Amino acid sequence: MKISDDVAPALSALDRPNSYIGRSVPRPNLARLTQGRAQYVSDVTLPRMGHVAFVRSPYAHARISGIDTAAAKKAPGVIAAVTGAELAQVITPWVGVLTHLKGIKSAPQHAIAVEVACWQGEAVCAVVARTRAEAEDACELVVVDYEELAAVTDPETALDPATPVIHPSLGDNLTFERKYEAGEVDKAFADADEVVETTFHFGRHTGVTNEPRAIVADWNAGDERLTVYQGTQAPHMMQNLFAKHLGLAEHQVRVLTKDVGGSFGIKVHTYADEMATVALAKLLKRPVKFVADRIESFVTDIHARDHRIHAKIGVKRDGTITAFAIDDLTGIGPYSVYPRTSGIEANQVVNLVGGPYTCPNYRAQARVVFQNKNVMCQYRAVGHPIATSVTENLVEMAAARIGMDPVEIRRRNLFPDDAYPCTTATGLKLEKLSHHAALDKIVAMMDYAALRAEQARLRREGIYRGIGFASFIEVTNPSAAFYGVGGARITSQDGATVRLDATGAIFVASGVTEQGQGAEAVIAQCAASAFGVPLDKVRVVLGDTDNVPYGGGTWASRAAGIGGEAAWQAGKVLRGNVLAVAGSILQADAKALDIRDGAVVDADTGRERLGLDEVARIAYFRPDTLPPGFQAELMATRHYVPRGWPFAFTNGVQASWLEVDTDTGFVTLLKHWCVEDCGTVINPQLVDEQVRGGIVQGIGAALFEHCRYDERGQLLNGNMADYLVPMAGEMPDIEVGHVVSPTADSELGAKGAGEAGTAGAPGCVVNAVNDALRPLGAKTIMEIPMTPDVVLRALGRV
Amino acid sequence: MSERFHHIALSVNGEEVRERVDARKTLVDFLREDLGLTGSHVGCEHGVCGACTVTLDGVIVRGCLTLAVQCDGASVETIEGASDAGTIADLQEAFRTRNALQCGFCTPGMLLTAAALLAQGGVPSRATIRAHLSGNYCRCTGYHAIVDAVEAVARARAGEAS
Repeated sequence: MKISDDVAPALSALDRPNSYIGRSVPRPNLARLTQGRAQYVSDVTLPRMGHVAFVRSPYAHARISGIDTAAAKKAPGVIAAVTGAELAQVITPWVGVLTHLKGIKSAPQHAIAVEVACWQGEAVCAVVARTRAEAEDACELVVVDYEELAAVTDPETALDPATPVIHPSLGDNLTFERKYEAGEVDKAFADADEVVETTFHFGRHTGVTNEPRAIVADWNAGDERLTVYQGTQAPHMMQNLFAKHLGLAEHQVRVLTKDVGGSFGIKVHTYADEMATVALAKLLKRPVKFVADRIESFVTDIHARDHRIHAKIGVKRDGTITAFAIDDLTGIGPYSVYPRTSGIEANQVVNLVGGPYTCPNYRAQARVVFQNKNVMCQYRAVGHPIATSVTENLVEMAAARIGMDPVEIRRRNLFPDDAYPCTTATGLKLEKLSHHAALDKIVAMMDYAALRAEQARLRREGIYRGIGFASFIEVTNPSAAFYGVGGARITSQDGATVRLDATGAIFVASGVTEQGQGAEAVIAQCAASAFGVPLDKVRVVLGDTDNVPYGGGTWASRAAGIGGEAAWQAGKVLRGNVLAVAGSILQADAKALDIRDGAVVDADTGRERLGLDEVARIAYFRPDTLPPGFQAELMATRHYVPRGWPFAFTNGVQASWLEVDTDTGFVTLLKHWCVEDCGTVINPQLVDEQVRGGIVQGIGAALFEHCRYDERGQLLNGNMADYLVPMAGEMPDIEVGHVVSPTADSELGAKGAGEAGTAGAPGCVVNAVNDALRPLGAKTIMEIPMTPDVVLRALGRV
Repeated sequence: MSERFHHIALSVNGEEVRERVDARKTLVDFLREDLGLTGSHVGCEHGVCGACTVTLDGVIVRGCLTLAVQCDGASVETIEGASDAGTIADLQEAFRTRNALQCGFCTPGMLLTAAALLAQGGVPSRATIRAHLSGNYCRCTGYHAIVDAVEAVARARAGEAS
C-alpha cells in the first residue's frame, strides 16, 4: 500500500499555482507528537502549583447534612479543603438553557454540590495539596454525612406523579419537549400497504478521550488575571464563562489550549470540577491543576445517546415511503449541561429523522427528562447516529417487509441529485447533496452483487454474513442558528490573521482549535495557497484567547469549512498587501504580479522578480526607501461566517459486511465502506481519517459501549476494563470514497467531515446484523450496543 | 515511614538516575513527575489503554502497572529515548506521512508497541498487526492508518517496495 498519496491536482480547486487545496500533505504538528514532545494540559506544571482532588458523592441522590474537613486540612501536603458552600462565595452557579429551545428548563448547578448531590460522582468537597496523591489521601479524611434520597433513574416513569421531582423549584422532571408535524401523517399511514412499527433503545455511552479532561488555572493577584490551560474545543466560550461566573471582565481571562488528547464533543462543555478548579485558583491565589482520573471521567464526562424511540414507517408495495413517525424519550441527568443545553440531541433527532428522503409526512414528539445519573450532552455527531439508525433501520425493515432490495428502496426515496435546493419534511434547507451518486459509488466500491452472491453461498454452508447500509445527512458549518440565536455567547464566525515575518514566512493565527483532526494543517494549507508560500514557510498559532482572532473553536464540523475559509480570505488580502509593497519596490503594477512558491513573480510568465525575504527586509528595515506616503501593511485579518444557509448539510452512505456467530452471538466485522460528500476536500487524507475514526466510534456504540446503571443510579462499569471500547483487533479495514458538491456559501466550498462516520456507522452495522440473522427467523434487533447477549436473545438461544 | 520510601538507581534512556521514591509510585508517574519525561502518558491507570507503554530491560511494559521501586537496577527506555536514539525513526516517519495519529496521546505507546512487533522481523499480516496492537487504545484513527503505517515499515525493512 501507499502510505502517502500526495499529488498536486492538475488544476487546483481555485486556480492558484502551487495550491495545497486538495492535497494530502502531512500535518505540521505530527513529528512532535510522534516524539513524545507534545504538551498536553496534563503535562503542564507551574511554580507553586497545587493539585486538586474531589470527594465525590457515592449516592445518586443525597442530602449533604454535614461535611467535616478538619482532619483533611491537617494531612500532609494539604493546602486547602473547600466545600461547595465555601466555593459558592467565589463562583456563581449556572443554568443550562437557551431561548430558542422553547420551554427548556434546568436548575442552578454549582461548581461543587451545595446541600444536595444529584448524581453518583458529583463533587461535594475539594482538597488541594502539593501532589495529587496527597490530595487523594486527604480526601479519604473528609467526613461527609449523607441522607440518601430516592433516585430517579428510569426515564419512562420520570414524569409520573408518584416519581419524586429532582428539582422541586421546577415543578416536574421535564427538561424540554418538542412536537412536530408535517404533511398528512394519518392519511399517509392509512394509504401505506405496510406499516412497520417498533421500539428502539440506544444505550448511554461516553467519549473516553484517551487524555482525560485536564485544566490548570492560575490566578495572578498582581496582574488580576486568570490564565487557564485547558484541553477545550472552545477557548473563547470558556473565557466568557470563567469571567462571567468569577465576576471578572473577559479580558482578565486568558485561555490557552495546546495539545489536546482527544475531544469528540466531550471537551466543549462546562464541567463543574473544572469551574471549581478555576475558582480554587482564584481563592488560593496560586495555580491549581485538575486532571480527571479514569474513574472520574466515567462519572463526570458527559454521556450521550440514552434514547428510547417508538417509531413507525409506512411503505407502499412499490417501495414509496409514505410517512415516518417517532416518539423519543431521553433522560439527561439532573442538569441540562451549560451552556449548550441537553435539549439539543433530542431536537436534532426530531430534525434529522427521514432527512435523506423525499417523504413529506412526518410526526415527531421528543421529551427530555431529568434523572439522577451523570449528565448527558452533545457528543460527536449529536443526534445523528440516533436519527440515522431509526430512519435507516426502518427503511431496511420496510424493504424486507415488501421484499425489496435495500439499495432499491433507497433509490426510490432518496432526494434526487437534481432536486436541490430543497427542504426536508422537518424544514431543513439543503443546498446541494448527492445521495444517488454516493449510493452508486458505494455499490461499485463494495461490488454489491458479488457480495450478495457470496453471502448466499456461505449461508448454504451455515455461515451467516450480513450487508447493511445507512444513508445519512450531517449538519456542518453551523451559522448563528445553532447557539447564538438562543442567547449563548458561542460564536459561529471565525477569524484568521496572517502576518508576514521579517524573512518571508507567514504566521497564521486562527480561532479554531486543534483536537487532532488536522485543523493546523488545514489552516496552513488554506493560508499558504491563498498567499503563495510553501507549507514550510507557514506557522500556525491556535488556542490562545490573548492572541488569536475571536472564534468559536472546533465543534459541529466547523473548523475546516469556517476557519479554513477565514484563513483563505486573510491570505488573499495579505497577498494583495505584499504585492503592493513589491509593486512599489519594482515600480511595477501590483496587478501584474503574483506570489508563488515564496517569491514575487510576473503573473503572466511566472518569472521570479523578488524574494519575499527581500520584500520583508525592505518593508521592515528599510521603509525609508519606499515612496513617500506608502505604508506597508503586512498583517491581514478576515472573518467568515456562513450566511447563505443555516447549516452546510453534507451527505453520504455507509455499508457494513460482517459475520455473526450464531452460537456465541459474536459479531466479526469484515469490511466497512463509506462514500461521503463534504464539498471541496482540502486535504483528502485528513478527511478519510476523520471518516475512519468516526466510523469506529460509531461501531463502538453499535457493538460495545454502554454506561450501565443500576436502579439506584450507580454506574456499574465505570472503568476501561468493564466499559468496552473498539480496539485494533476487532475493527475492520475501512474504504472511503468521495463525491464533491461544494457549498456556494464560501469561496473554498468546503463543508465539514468530522462527524459523518459516527453518524452512519451504528445504523449501518445494525442493518448488517439483522440482514445476517433474517434467514434464521430471528427477531429484528433494535437496540445498541448489540452485545452477544442481545444477538442470542434475538435468535431465541437464551 | 522508612519502609515507604526507597532509593533506586536505574538507567533511563541511557542516563543513570538515582532518586528516592514513594513505594506506591508507578513507573509512569515517576517518569513524568520526577524526571519530566512527559512523553509517556496516563490514560486509564489500570493497564487497559497502553498509553503509558515503555520498555523495561528491552521488554514493553505498562508504566501504570509497574512500580518505580521495581525498576531498581533496570534499564528503561521511553519515547523520548527511542526518538533521540533514532531507532524507530522510520516508524515515526510512516506514522507522520500516513496520518496514523490524530490527537497523538496514544502514539508514544503505540509506537513502542509496534516497534516490538517489528523487531521480530518479517512482514506480519494485517491481522497479526491488529492483534499485536490490540492492547493499545486509540480513539481517533479507527486503527486502519496505524496498521497501514506498521505494515509499510515492515515491508520496507524487509526490503519490499511499498
